[in-house]
Amino acid sequence: MVEARSASAPVLATHGLSRHFGGLVAVHDVSISLRQGELHAVIGPNGAGKTTLVNMLSGEIKPTAGRVELDGREVAGEPAWRMTRLGVGRSFQRTNIFLSFSVLENVRLAAQAMGVPAARLFRTAAREPGLIERAECALGRVGLTDVSASIAGTLSHGEQRQLEIAMALASDPKVLLLDEPLAGMGPEESQRMTGLLKELAREHAVLLIEHDMDVVFAVADWMTVMAEGAVLAEGRPEAIRANTAVQDAYLGGHA
Amino acid sequence: MLPRGRAVIVMLGLGAGLLAVLPLFVSPYYVELGTYALISAMLALSLQLLVGCTGLVSLGHAAFYGLAAYTVYLITPANEARSILVTLPAAVAVAGLAALIVGALSLRTRGFFFLMVTLAFGQMVFFLFHDTKLGGGTDGAFLPRPLLALLDWQLPLTRRQRPYAVYYVSLSLLIAMYVGLVFVLRSLFGRVLEGIRVNEHRMQALGFHTYRYKLAAFVIAGLLAGVAGHMWAMHRGFVNPELIAWHRSAEALLMILLGGLSTLHGPIIGALAYTALGEFAQAVTERKLLVEGLIVLFVVLALPKGLSGISLPRRPRREAPPAPSPTSPAEAHPHG
Repeated sequence: MVEARSASAPVLATHGLSRHFGGLVAVHDVSISLRQGELHAVIGPNGAGKTTLVNMLSGEIKPTAGRVELDGREVAGEPAWRMTRLGVGRSFQRTNIFLSFSVLENVRLAAQAMGVPAARLFRTAAREPGLIERAECALGRVGLTDVSASIAGTLSHGEQRQLEIAMALASDPKVLLLDEPLAGMGPEESQRMTGLLKELAREHAVLLIEHDMDVVFAVADWMTVMAEGAVLAEGRPEAIRANTAVQDAYLGGHA
Repeated sequence: MLPRGRAVIVMLGLGAGLLAVLPLFVSPYYVELGTYALISAMLALSLQLLVGCTGLVSLGHAAFYGLAAYTVYLITPANEARSILVTLPAAVAVAGLAALIVGALSLRTRGFFFLMVTLAFGQMVFFLFHDTKLGGGTDGAFLPRPLLALLDWQLPLTRRQRPYAVYYVSLSLLIAMYVGLVFVLRSLFGRVLEGIRVNEHRMQALGFHTYRYKLAAFVIAGLLAGVAGHMWAMHRGFVNPELIAWHRSAEALLMILLGGLSTLHGPIIGALAYTALGEFAQAVTERKLLVEGLIVLFVVLALPKGLSGISLPRRPRREAPPAPSPTSPAEAHPHG
């Protein structure tokens, strides 16, 4: 299973990461690593523990056991706001944006979260052009420049998914955790998002959770297959496709 | 939250103008009632920063109001009134410090638990003054009212003029408070508070340490409640534990509900209407609280956006200006 992989040091790595909810083992002994410029797809059936894994990496929930290292520094158990500040951005499985705010305001808040000196907190946003610039830049990267003045709630589902990613990008993260960014998208929107994922993978270490196997095999540089909370297999997409254990457990007729 | 559209801003200006000329047309009794309404408006407005703006429902807000009033009493010698330039900063500082302590602890909880913890803190402050001789116990205590004085110079006021002066000081402070809060809400800080109200969890995921922002809002709200409490002491020259009792906190919440949760001027309209309502109910019946309860019930069921959410009929504009009657500030005095 072990194959040649980019030699760069991992940006984010887990060692024996586990999370139990009472008697339920959601994630058990997972060790994965994310590298700069690499898109790492995590696949597995529903209930395999993928989202719990992402929630531990983003600080939403604390691991029961194991380590999380960001650039070699132990960060397991840090709260979500600090993980974001340390450079771990995420998007949510269910669209989680401020529907009543403008598109720009959604992203501008994300940029503001990265730290504005207290003395400038009582200025209006209009007097902080730096924040607006960063927000516009993030919107440009996901292709939402044209609708930046719209109210977020009026966007199409696909556009809202893109906005979700722009909000993660506005914090200029090293690591991007994308939880099913294509969920509920039409074919055209999916195609656009697939292109965006490839682009993002060039500049960030990306962890992608996705159920659409065509997309996964099209964009992934490295894959981890999870089942029942544990890692079943990992390797390059070609190897995963050929892996009989994975075929039995998950891919079905897909390979 | 902020006034939108010219119509609303014009109405607010008119309301302020009406309040400014009110004392010229009414008897001294109604000037005093108006002062009380303005003080209530300050209290409700300060609470709105937590309730309407940040989504934090506190049931202990009167503690900061009452502490400020008691501070005036505690720093004023029995037979020597002090300048407002001393009493106001002192009262506000004590209220703010108390808010910092209460907020730091209570903001570790959320929702229902936050409500209960703030209530518990409020009751602790209540019993501090109720059960000890610190401030005259259950009976309360009289105090020399703060003077409008600068160094050795004192505004020469006759006994008759004094209530008018206190009215205008209260009105000025209320307007300053409102304008100040408009700037706070428009700022980067205010945007964070709104984000927290809508979805705190998402704000944390974006990288905001929301606890700090909520604590800052809690302290600002406490400081402003302190201004209101100070003006109470200056207005009445009397303090008693009722100032701190949880009814007072609940009353401030009712004023917000009555005026509207979703606008900054709602609590002001709510406080003025509530005071007028109380006065009216007292005039026509002995069952004042019953009448008040019924009217509040009606408002909540029929006007979920409160009085400030009423729109004028047949207006093509999208912005809904507040209705002029029966909520207009002038109603704080019934037919003066």
